[in-house]
Amino acid sequence: IMELCGATRLGYFGRSQFYIALKLVAVAQSGFPLRVESINTVKDLPLPRFVASKNEQESRHAASYSSDSENQGSYSGVIPPPPGRGQVKKGSVTHDTVQPRTSADAQEPASPVVSPQQSPPTSPHTWRKHSRHPSGGNSERPLAGSGPFWSPFGEAQSGSSAGDAVWSGHSPPPPQENWVSFADTPPTSTLLTMHPASVQDQTTVRTVASATTAIEIRRQSSSYDDPWKITDEQRQYYVNQFKTIQPDLNGFIPGSAAKEFFTKSKLPILELSHIWELSDFDKDGALTLDEFCAAFHLVVARKNGYDLPEKLPESLMPKLIDLEDSADVGDQPGEVGYSGSPAEAPPSKSPSMPSLNQTWPELNQSSEDTAIVHPVPIRMTPSKIHMQEMELKRTGSDHTNPTSPLLVKPSDLSEENKINSSVKFASGNTVADGYSSSDSFTSDPEQIGSNVTRQRSHSGTSPDTAAPPPPPPRPQPSHSRSSSLDMNRTFAVTTGQQQTGVVAHPPAVPPRPQPSQAPGPAVHRPVDADGLMTHTSTSPQQIPEQPNFADFSQFEVFAASNVNEEQDDEAEKHPEVLPVEKASDPASSLRVAKTDSKTEEKTAATAPANVSKGTTPLAPPPKPVRRRLKSEDELRPEVDEHTQKTGVLAAVLASQPSIPRSVGKDKKAIQASIRRNKETNTVLARLNSELQQQLKDVLEERISLEVQLEQLRPFSHL
Amino acid sequence: MAVCVAVIAKENYPLYIRSTLTENELKFHYMVHTSLDVVDEKISAMGKALVDQRELYLGLLYPTEDYKVYGYVTNSKVKFVMVVDSSNTALRDNEIRSMFRKLHNSYTDVMCNPFYNPGDRIQSRAFDNMVTSMMIQVC
Repeated sequence: IMELCGATRLGYFGRSQFYIALKLVAVAQSGFPLRVESINTVKDLPLPRFVASKNEQESRHAASYSSDSENQGSYSGVIPPPPGRGQVKKGSVTHDTVQPRTSADAQEPASPVVSPQQSPPTSPHTWRKHSRHPSGGNSERPLAGSGPFWSPFGEAQSGSSAGDAVWSGHSPPPPQENWVSFADTPPTSTLLTMHPASVQDQTTVRTVASATTAIEIRRQSSSYDDPWKITDEQRQYYVNQFKTIQPDLNGFIPGSAAKEFFTKSKLPILELSHIWELSDFDKDGALTLDEFCAAFHLVVARKNGYDLPEKLPESLMPKLIDLEDSADVGDQPGEVGYSGSPAEAPPSKSPSMPSLNQTWPELNQSSEDTAIVHPVPIRMTPSKIHMQEMELKRTGSDHTNPTSPLLVKPSDLSEENKINSSVKFASGNTVADGYSSSDSFTSDPEQIGSNVTRQRSHSGTSPDTAAPPPPPPRPQPSHSRSSSLDMNRTFAVTTGQQQTGVVAHPPAVPPRPQPSQAPGPAVHRPVDADGLMTHTSTSPQQIPEQPNFADFSQFEVFAASNVNEEQDDEAEKHPEVLPVEKASDPASSLRVAKTDSKTEEKTAATAPANVSKGTTPLAPPPKPVRRRLKSEDELRPEVDEHTQKTGVLAAVLASQPSIPRSVGKDKKAIQASIRRNKETNTVLARLNSELQQQLKDVLEERISLEVQLEQLRPFSHL
Repeated sequence: MAVCVAVIAKENYPLYIRSTLTENELKFHYMVHTSLDVVDEKISAMGKALVDQRELYLGLLYPTEDYKVYGYVTNSKVKFVMVVDSSNTALRDNEIRSMFRKLHNSYTDVMCNPFYNPGDRIQSRAFDNMVTSMMIQVC
C-alpha cells in the first residue's frame, strides 16, 4: 500500500499519500486487490478498519476521513478540489480518490464521533501522517479557504473534531504565519504554513512530525470543546510578539502601540475595535500579556475566517488566579499605608500589631541589653510599641490617606497609649509628629488630642495603666507600678546616684496632688509635642529613662536643677512646671538627658540635676520614698506618657529648673545623666532603625496592596 | 424603559442614536434634536457650577404628552439623551440616573478602545448590547 500510494517513493506521507493509503487499506480490507486503479473503481469502500483500538482508530480514521473529506469538500467549495492534490505524484488519482472518499465519508461525519476525547496515544503515527498530509496539503491550498470551514467542523462533530482539531490547530498557525510575515518573524514552531514554499512545508512537516504527537494530542483534547484554545506554539509566538512591543512580560501594552500593531493585520478597524473590546478585559486601555494573547488569537482567527464571538471565550480570558491569590494575601497585610477604607486599617493594625509586638520583644531585649543598667526598657516596650505603631500607622496613613487612616490609627494608638505609660507613645507621637508634619497636620492635632485624651485616661487610669491595653506590653505599666520601685531602685543602682537620687527625690518633693500632676503633664504634652518635633531622635532614648526620670524629675525638681539651667533653655520652662507636677520632673530630667545627649555641656547640667535627684532620694526617708515611688508609679504612666509624648524635652525643661536647685550634686548628676543619656541614645537609635525597617515593610505592603487593588479593578468595573 | 437613546457629541452631532420603535424613528430623532436646545440651556445655566454627578445629570428636559426626555452631559460635553415612554410611571429618577451611569460607563469603555477615534460613530457591540438591555428592560 505504501508503495502504491507513493509514500515510499516520496519518503513521507503527504496528505494525498495518506488518503491514498487509507483508501488502499480500505480496499485491502474489503478484499479487493490492491491496485492503484482499485481506488477509483471501488466506490463504496467501507472505511478501513484499523486493528489497534477499533473505536479510536475508526473514529480517528473516520474523523480524519471526514475532516479530510470535509476539508476537501470545503476546499472544493473554495478552491477547485485538490488541484494541489494533482501536484501529488499520484496526480489525478488523488482527485478521484478524494471525491469518492468525500462522498463515502460524507455520510459518516457524524458517525465517527465515537471517541474524539480519546487522544490517540496508541496510534500517534496516524496522526503524524495526518499532520503530514495537512502540511503537504496546506502548502497547496490557499489560506483563505481553510478558515471558515474549520469552525463548523470543529463545532459540529466531535468525531470530526479530532481531525478538525488538528486542522484547526494547524490552520490558525498558518494564517498566523501569513500574518506573521508582516510581523517579520514567522514562528517556525507553528506547524503548518500556508506558504506555498515547499521549504516551509518541509520545515513544518519536520516540526509537525516532531511536535505533532504532543501538540496534536493536546490540540485534539483541547480543541474538541473549544475552538478558541490557544496552542502552545501560538502562545509562544504571541509572547514573543508581546516582547517586541513590551519587554516586560508583566507590563502593559498601551492602547496606541497595540493599535499600531494590530492595524498591521489589515483587518478592518471595526473588527479590530471589536476585538479590542473583547480582549481588553479590565477596560483599562492597555493590554496585559493574557489580553494581548487573546487579542492576537482573535485576530488570527478572524483572518482565518472565524467570526468574532460576541463574548470573550473562556479559554481566552486572562488568568485571574493571581488576583485571587493576591486578594487573599492582600487582605491580610491591609496595611496602614493602604489607602483603602479605614475598615482596612483596623484589620491591618492587627497584623501590624503582632509584627510590632514581635519587634518589641526584640527591642526590649536590645534595649535591655544596651540598657542593662536600665530596667526601664521593659517598661518602655509598651510605649515603644505604641510609638512604633503610631509611627507606622502615621507614616502609612500619611503616605496614603492623611485624613481617614490617621484618624483611625491615632485614635487607636491613643487608646493603646493611654494604657501604657506613654513614654513610648510620647516618643511615638514625636516621631509621628515628625512624619505627620511633613504630610498633614491632621495627625498632629489628633496626636495631641490623643495625648490629651491619654493624659486624661492616664490620669484617670494611671493606677490602671494596664486598663485598655490591647497590646501585650501593656501590662508593663502595671508592672511599672509594682515594679516601679524596683525599677527605680534598679535604676538608681544601675544608673548610679542619679537614679537613686531620683527615686529618693520624689519623697523629698512636697506632695503634689496627682491631679495637678496629671494636668501638668497634659500641659506639658502639647508643649512637649511641639518641642518634641526637634527631639524625636532622642525622645525614644529618653523614654526608657522616663520612668527613671519620672522619679528623677521629682528629685531634680526638688534637688537641684540649677546646674542645667544655664545649659538648657528648656529647663527654664521646667521651673514653671516643677512646682506643679512631679511628672514634669521626669520630663525635665528626660529633657535634661536629651539635651545632655546632645551636648555634653548640657549633660553636666543634667548630671547635676540627676545627681541631685539621685541624691535627694537617698536622703529622704524610705517611707516617703516608697510612697512617692508609688505615687510616682501612678504618675509615671502619666508622666511617662507626657514625657514620652512631649519628649524628653519637657522632662529636661522640667528637670532643668530643678537642676539649679541641686547644685551641689551637679557633678555626679551630670555624670549619671550622661551615662543615662548615652544609654537612651543607643536604645533610641536602635528603636529608630527598627522603626525604619518596619516603615519600609509597611510601605512595601502598601505597594503590593495597591497593585492588587489595580488588578481587582476589572471586577469593580464589571 | 428607554424608547430611544442617543449620544450626541460636543459639536451636537449624533454619535449614536437608537430607538426601539422602528417606525416613527424619525420622530425620535427630531425629539432628540430639539432636546439639544434644552440641554444647552441647562448647561449654560449651570455656569460656574461644580461638576459632580448631580450636575452631570440634567434631569427631565421636557415632557410631551407621550414621552419624557431626560438629559445627561459628561465633562467633555458629550450629551446623552434618553426618551422614555410617559406611560412608564414606575420609572423613578434614580433609575434614570442609574441608566445614565451605565451609559456613561459604557461610553467610557468605548473611549478606551484605541481603535475608536473620538468623533466617530459608536459601533461597539458592547455598547449596543448595553443599550439594548436598557431598552428592553422597560418592555
